[in-house]
Amino acid sequence: MDELAEAPTGRLRVRKTYKLYVNGAFVRSESGRSYKVCAADGQFLAHAAWASRKDVRDAVVAARKAQPNWANATAYLRGQVLYRAAEMLEGRTGQLAESVALAEGLSRPQAFATVGAAVDRLTWYAGWPDKLAQVAGSTNPVAGPYFNFSVPEPTGVVGILAPTGSSLLGLVSVLAPVIVTGNSAVVVASEDRPLPAIEFAEVLATSDLPAGVVNILTGRATELAPVLAAHRDIDGLDLAGAPDGLGGSLERAAAGNVKRVMRQRLPEPEWPADPGTGRMLFFTETKTVWHPIGL
Amino acid sequence: MAFGRFAYAPALEARALVALRPSYGLFIGGEWVSPQDGGYFKTVSPSSEEVLAEVAEAGPADVDRAVRAARRAYEDAWGPMPGKERAKYLYRVARAIQERSRELAVLESLDNGKPIKESRDVDVPLAAAHFFYYAGWADKLAHAGYGPDPQPLGVAAQVVPWNFPLLMAAWKLAPALATGNTCVLKPAETTPLSALVLAEIFQQADLPPGVVNIVTGAGGTGATLVAHPGVDKVAFTGSTEVGKQVQQAVAGTHKRLTLELGGKAANIVFDDAPLSQAVEGIVNGIFFNQGHVCCAGSRLLAQEDIADGLVEALKRRLSTLRMGDPLDKNTDIGAINSPEQLAKIQRLAALGESEGAERWSPACKLPERGYWFPPTVFTNVSPAQRIAREEIFGPVLSVLTFRTPEEAVEKANNTTYGLSAGVWTEKGSRTLYMASRIKAGVVWANTYNRFDPSSPFGGFRESGFGREGGRQGLAAYLQDGF
Repeated sequence: MDELAEAPTGRLRVRKTYKLYVNGAFVRSESGRSYKVCAADGQFLAHAAWASRKDVRDAVVAARKAQPNWANATAYLRGQVLYRAAEMLEGRTGQLAESVALAEGLSRPQAFATVGAAVDRLTWYAGWPDKLAQVAGSTNPVAGPYFNFSVPEPTGVVGILAPTGSSLLGLVSVLAPVIVTGNSAVVVASEDRPLPAIEFAEVLATSDLPAGVVNILTGRATELAPVLAAHRDIDGLDLAGAPDGLGGSLERAAAGNVKRVMRQRLPEPEWPADPGTGRMLFFTETKTVWHPIGL
Repeated sequence: MAFGRFAYAPALEARALVALRPSYGLFIGGEWVSPQDGGYFKTVSPSSEEVLAEVAEAGPADVDRAVRAARRAYEDAWGPMPGKERAKYLYRVARAIQERSRELAVLESLDNGKPIKESRDVDVPLAAAHFFYYAGWADKLAHAGYGPDPQPLGVAAQVVPWNFPLLMAAWKLAPALATGNTCVLKPAETTPLSALVLAEIFQQADLPPGVVNIVTGAGGTGATLVAHPGVDKVAFTGSTEVGKQVQQAVAGTHKRLTLELGGKAANIVFDDAPLSQAVEGIVNGIFFNQGHVCCAGSRLLAQEDIADGLVEALKRRLSTLRMGDPLDKNTDIGAINSPEQLAKIQRLAALGESEGAERWSPACKLPERGYWFPPTVFTNVSPAQRIAREEIFGPVLSVLTFRTPEEAVEKANNTTYGLSAGVWTEKGSRTLYMASRIKAGVVWANTYNRFDPSSPFGGFRESGFGREGGRQGLAAYLQDGF
């Protein structure tokens, strides 16, 4: 076994049971299924929960319930929570670096750099909630006696197929922009590299993030993605990690309730690059309010 | 046909202002061309059933020709052109719409059936204003917040509805052209004429050939256009049902999409609202343009303690509305746009009765020719009834009641749509509370159905995505706009 995986003392390590993260709790799949997860080099790592359609539906219920309070929290508070997540991730750098190194076959320095980039990304997004409306909103000089303003509001519940390659930085890079604006999320983690996502869920669980704002499922993407795409109580869909060749059919299914669909980019983006505001704005809705001006 | 206490002498706008050709071809590559398969259809005035003209029906070969013309114009003329030059063309178009505004207003009322006072005071001036507004953006895109050198998408396929034919064409074309895209516009089957006059205006403005192409036809023409592989961007305004088909059609392609779809807006009146203003707002909200408005305030949510008095005042006001000849300047309510739409309204209204709601219309005699439906109010409506859930797209108001602001929010949001809402109260904090919690792209407080080119418009949820109007309206036509 890799030196990162086994403590050097020769002591037998206590292994972790990897579960789903739904409604703020770590739960097994209601189906009772699990699947074998191996490291990049093929060695056995763990069994991950193999989520079912029912688990997706439970996660959507949790996400829907959590979303209004999260959206109505102050932008300042959402920023604080994201920053707290960055702090927690920083504190677990060693654990996540180990996990990412095994999953992605990275060297130790590469893995630490990746976790550091994920911490920095969370920190970057933590500063956005109380600024985005100032950048993307406006007061509009209409031709009449009205005060008219536009603000970006969250789309609602967003389904995310997390990137399949970059198991932590990619995940953080698609998840953070969705939730900073007040959306909640149901994430399907990288099927072959799910363990960093569940360890990241442990970060979120200790970051004052309200239960249900982020739900992370592990399992077969080909089984779970169509459920997300067709679910009537999901408002947006990020296809970043869509299974090969399924993007078009998922987009068609998503049209059933006019979901906002962010298409997959291939090859997978270079996640360390400056993300810009695009991912945040994609899952927002501009609301415009008219109010008369008069005596 | 006036059903008020006072009889008004007719004040007819001059029909002779419009010189219609007997037959219109397709506007492709700056020229009028015949459809390759030779098909034509007739466009009819819904208030008189008079045939106004015959119009070409574009088939797949015509659509292909139009997309190719747009592509050539994008690559050779419009794409490379400096923004300040594009701006001047758009200013010319805006001015020409103003110059021909009376003619366009009469034409719009003839072809659509809407009252002349609406086409004259709303549709046409707003169309000109939209071109004027986006003309000014064409040479200022670097300052719009989409990066230092935002780039257009290419060829835009734009499919517009029949309720505001000219205005919807302007909403589509102006931002697309300002950002450097070229366009293929598909007007609605029942209202093609004002877009064809717009084509004349493009010729008069010396707009380079192919920058805007107009292919008339029915749903099949629109579907062919949307599916054409040479299109980079699809913008559709119409029903949610067709919008979903459009979204499915572009799935798995590179095409960018914006959708402006249906609605079932709540118009919420609190007990402290200025009631006479609210009555005017309710009337404007649902009876403006015969209720053929995606953002129409079709669900009146009245606070329980004032509901009876509000409905009484509303009925009194409705009894003074004048229905009749759209070209009469006294007319408040015009004709239903088509027999198909009339049948849909009749079917849903009958359902309202059979589901137990109480139906009321003012006493009025409907004209003998044309397609007409009287202003109709349903009371005793429950949120589960179909008239409270489905978009009727006609002059039919469903009245529901609520007790608390929280209940009003819940009822307002109890729909798959999310386009617009109205809130009537004198309490500012309550206005903002409601505005922040209603899932709708536009919220009108103590007013309704206001539009402006600088004000973004578009829906939440199944009312579509993307915005038209304002700085935000540029995003739909720019790379990395989102």
